[in-house]
Amino acid sequence: MIAEIGQLSLILALCTCALMLFIPILSIQFQNESWLRLSAPLALNQLFFACFSFVCLSLCFVFDDFSVKYVAQNSNSLLPLIYKVSAVWGAHEGSLLLWIFVLSGWTAAVAFLGANITVKFRSHVLSVLAAVSISFLLFLILTSNPFDRILPIAPEDGGDLNPLLQDFGLIVHPPLLYMGYVGLAVPFAFAVALLFSERYEKVKMSWCRPWINVSWAFLTAGITLGSWWAYYELGWGGWWFWDPVENASLMPWLVATALMHSASVSEKKGTVVSWTILLAILAFSLSLLGTFLVRSGILTSVHAFASDPERGIFLLIIFIVLVGSSLFLFALKGHHLVSKPASKGWTREFFIIMNNMLLVSITTIILIGTLYPLLSDILNLGKISVGPPYFDFFFVPTTIAIAVFMGMSVSSRWNNGNFDESLQRVVLPGFASIALGLVTVVVIDFTSSSYDFSWQALITIMVASWIVLTLCEDIVAKIRSDKLKILKNKSYLGMTLAHTGLALLILGVGLSNSYSVQSDLLMSPGKRANVAGYDFLFKELIKSDGPNYQSRKGIFEVSYNDRDQGVLIPEKRSYFSGRDIMTEAGIRTNILKDIYVSLGESVDSDSWSVRLYVKPMVRFIWIGGFLIACGGILASLNRRNVKVSSLNS
Amino acid sequence: MHPIRRQRLQIVALIFLLSACAAGLVIYVLGQNANFFFTPSQILAGEYRSGSTIRVGGMVVEGSVSRPNENLQTQFTLTDGKTSLDIVYEGILPDLFAENEAAIATGVMSVSNKLIASQVLAKHDENYTPPELTETMDFIRYSDYKVQ
Repeated sequence: MIAEIGQLSLILALCTCALMLFIPILSIQFQNESWLRLSAPLALNQLFFACFSFVCLSLCFVFDDFSVKYVAQNSNSLLPLIYKVSAVWGAHEGSLLLWIFVLSGWTAAVAFLGANITVKFRSHVLSVLAAVSISFLLFLILTSNPFDRILPIAPEDGGDLNPLLQDFGLIVHPPLLYMGYVGLAVPFAFAVALLFSERYEKVKMSWCRPWINVSWAFLTAGITLGSWWAYYELGWGGWWFWDPVENASLMPWLVATALMHSASVSEKKGTVVSWTILLAILAFSLSLLGTFLVRSGILTSVHAFASDPERGIFLLIIFIVLVGSSLFLFALKGHHLVSKPASKGWTREFFIIMNNMLLVSITTIILIGTLYPLLSDILNLGKISVGPPYFDFFFVPTTIAIAVFMGMSVSSRWNNGNFDESLQRVVLPGFASIALGLVTVVVIDFTSSSYDFSWQALITIMVASWIVLTLCEDIVAKIRSDKLKILKNKSYLGMTLAHTGLALLILGVGLSNSYSVQSDLLMSPGKRANVAGYDFLFKELIKSDGPNYQSRKGIFEVSYNDRDQGVLIPEKRSYFSGRDIMTEAGIRTNILKDIYVSLGESVDSDSWSVRLYVKPMVRFIWIGGFLIACGGILASLNRRNVKVSSLNS
Repeated sequence: MHPIRRQRLQIVALIFLLSACAAGLVIYVLGQNANFFFTPSQILAGEYRSGSTIRVGGMVVEGSVSRPNENLQTQFTLTDGKTSLDIVYEGILPDLFAENEAAIATGVMSVSNKLIASQVLAKHDENYTPPELTETMDFIRYSDYKVQ
């Protein structure tokens, strides 16, 4: 019964969206602007129905209703309650329902938090969002209905949730990532609505900016969390694999980063408007492409759970219609939005646009690397996979160039850019960062026997300190010239925080890559091994049981120069249903260094293959990502953005 | 020519030149890092370029997994139902690696016609077979393949 109510609720949400889509047309038809006021309550209605439907599916999981096919496939009566709830979005159908729930949330948020937006413009934005909702609701109802029943005979127990997904990281990761993915629909809707308006006004861009920042921040948090999850849950100490599914989330992030910055230019200076609109369309297109790649099961990827051509084709049609029509509209109307010609000289705008170019270029390169295997397979040119070296080859130099321009842009002005002046400001931070890099690397080289000189580490430290030092120089300059007010500006603080986060992220990536020491070996209880000065003693192996799995735990005592560093407990789980085996790493961390032990397999009666890892600075990757996300949120709280203006009439 | 037009032409030419260089570089690096997938039969027929990193997939033959010495070196045989290929791998095998299950090894062919693997992938969970292998695994199942 609950399932049927959920199903009905989905259909009602679809009807609501259909009405919301046509509101602007109805208002023109009846020459009555008061129709436009209906959009906001309709958005709330949509959220109610979507939420209700989501709750219904969750209840099916909680009450173990295995007559519902999706529940039977992804849950089990032994599954702990918290995983029953998170199993709702553990596979295809439910995660699409979450997609729609989140989109409804964003739509309602635009309707009610965007109170400063004029009713007419808001109604247009909501109409575009409704179009997106309709596409995905149709997809869900027609091809991937989560409420389908297995009748007449329901199974007694379910198949269980994929053990990889039975983890805290996976309870939070998809909702966060979807908040970002789907949130990019909001800037997209603003962009399309802007294309329909007669002329460009800076105020419209300022309405849009907080939405870009917030969805970008969620996307950042989602990707960061996913990388952290891969690090401790996949069991082998990697945190980024250039897997197509990861690329699918990185590409919209890169373009959204470009969008966020070019939108700030468009708002402040009234320039590069059509470029900003194009970026908004591209960012959402890439997140649709990501949804298509992941959800159609077309990829050669560890993440591809399901494959079903019918779904793939439906998604492809959604992608082509939404992206095609918005790009067509852009081609028709983009040039009507006349913006001022770009500013001349070495202004902040110049450096931001340079980085925009770099971000879009690297996205293109990642896109080629991600789609090439698909293309080659479709054209029968052979089955291939593109290795990580391809991505690293382009990504690393681009990141360095972006970091250099970042520092330059912080040190230059919005108006009257003068190269000599910018250069003067960056001389000190520039030399300081070179010196800092050299000193640190040489000191590490001489004081520690386990680390050799590394070019990678040198460049990493120089780049990271360049970012931080140019920021410091800017803050000092602002204090000196009595512009203290700007230091209270949340937009400025957010920028500082996010840029610092990027510096930490770069430090984490570069240094953990240069200085990690890894050792795979055979160990039996009682044996010792030494990795990078750390002494690992495999003390014993114990058996213990979880609610739905059996587990064997290795007890490893770690010491460094005879000082005790604690006990690591890596685990090997074998799940009752489906005979799946999972590796849970044992990790001991202080902020500067991770010690990591994973159990491989038991080779004979008592010896095990074991991976021992000492990874310095790896935490900085996720701390950095977290700071970047916080920066985005902070910037969106800027007072200008939440001011209720008198335009609301 | 009008100076503004000349300037524009220069910019266009520069952009064109840069993107041509970038495209060339992308194609070159992509070619260097594209790892082709083969079945053991294709390897036997010599379809691969020697010295290049390739991926070979098939079913792990029952009873073929062995560890010759005290370190982590493992040997096993992959089959596509017609031909088989020996794989040598040093490292930790993935959790779901098992006999009579699908696996993909990435590596370089040695002179003795074995694949020296740097990475071994197994299926991801109980329901999932790597897409390249679906055909091979179906073939093995339908031909009622038995290990002698």
